Amino acid sequence: MAAPESLVYERPESFTETPTHYCPGCTHGVAHRLVAEVLEEMGVTNRTIGVAPVGCAVFAYNYFDTDFVEAPHGRAPAMATGVKRVLPDRVVFTYQGDGDLASIGMGEIVHAAARGENITVIFINNANFGMTGGQMAPTTLPGMKTTSSPNGRDVESQGYPIRMSEMISTLDGVGYCVRRSLHDPKNIRLAKKAIRTAFETQVRGLGFSMVELLSTCPTNWGMTPVNSLKFVEEHMIPAYPLGDYKVSEAIKQVKI
Amino acid sequence: MPAKGWIEVSDLYCKGCELCISACPQEVMELDMSRLTPKGYHPAHTFKDGCTGCAICALVCPDAAITVYREVTKAVPAAG
Repeated sequence: MAAPESLVYERPESFTETPTHYCPGCTHGVAHRLVAEVLEEMGVTNRTIGVAPVGCAVFAYNYFDTDFVEAPHGRAPAMATGVKRVLPDRVVFTYQGDGDLASIGMGEIVHAAARGENITVIFINNANFGMTGGQMAPTTLPGMKTTSSPNGRDVESQGYPIRMSEMISTLDGVGYCVRRSLHDPKNIRLAKKAIRTAFETQVRGLGFSMVELLSTCPTNWGMTPVNSLKFVEEHMIPAYPLGDYKVSEAIKQVKI
Repeated sequence: MPAKGWIEVSDLYCKGCELCISACPQEVMELDMSRLTPKGYHPAHTFKDGCTGCAICALVCPDAAITVYREVTKAVPAAG
């Protein structure tokens, strides 16, 4: 007689059946899965509108079983602003990489946060422009080799990395702004909780919410997926400390 | 006695990135070098007993390729 079985985990229903185009081991997939699980747990999948960026996540609309729009490079927060203002009962989130959000989209993200737009931003920080071949991004670490800084990022001529969460958290319109990492099971669980809190912030109308996720880029870093996770732990977390940069008083009261 | 579990890895999604293999606390996973997925990767599988159904492999899987089951050892009280 077969023992009774119980299902512990299955692919979230908020995902379509399309396999992702991401490189093997890229933690974009983990971030997608966490967002899908959170939307499913909150029961808001059928009233969610995502805004896809330009970058590796440009095809995000193929993977989520929600409505989606595609924004020009860096303009996802501006487009999300419009969508949310026209359809305030929808859950609107943008999913942006560092090349999109911290470089060309710096103006949009800062002003969307300053206006306190009631949207959620999932910010993937993998320290380079992944889609176009690993060029230097504003978040590239000092000394880190990329295809456009082959001798390592020289801070004398190329400047210092930008810490987005710290910067965004100084704005008054922001309700929730944290940085998490996706390099081990514990931190993935913490990241999921942060994404849940960010969406709860939006559903309750408590202001702009952003979750920065430290992510990997095994192909452009020239590492195996397992070594990429070690790189995040050893080099990225010291430069981008994990933590809650802004949690407004109203959100501290929210119990999930 | 530890819980007994098992996993199913979808050939459609698995890309053989080995993140589940390094994360598995029981160290019972490896790439199945005798098979190829339609995309041309060697998929992950469990090569020996010892899976507890902890679902950490599914938690770290970037492609949501893993479904986890666990054997029910005692009657679960009816909900509500």
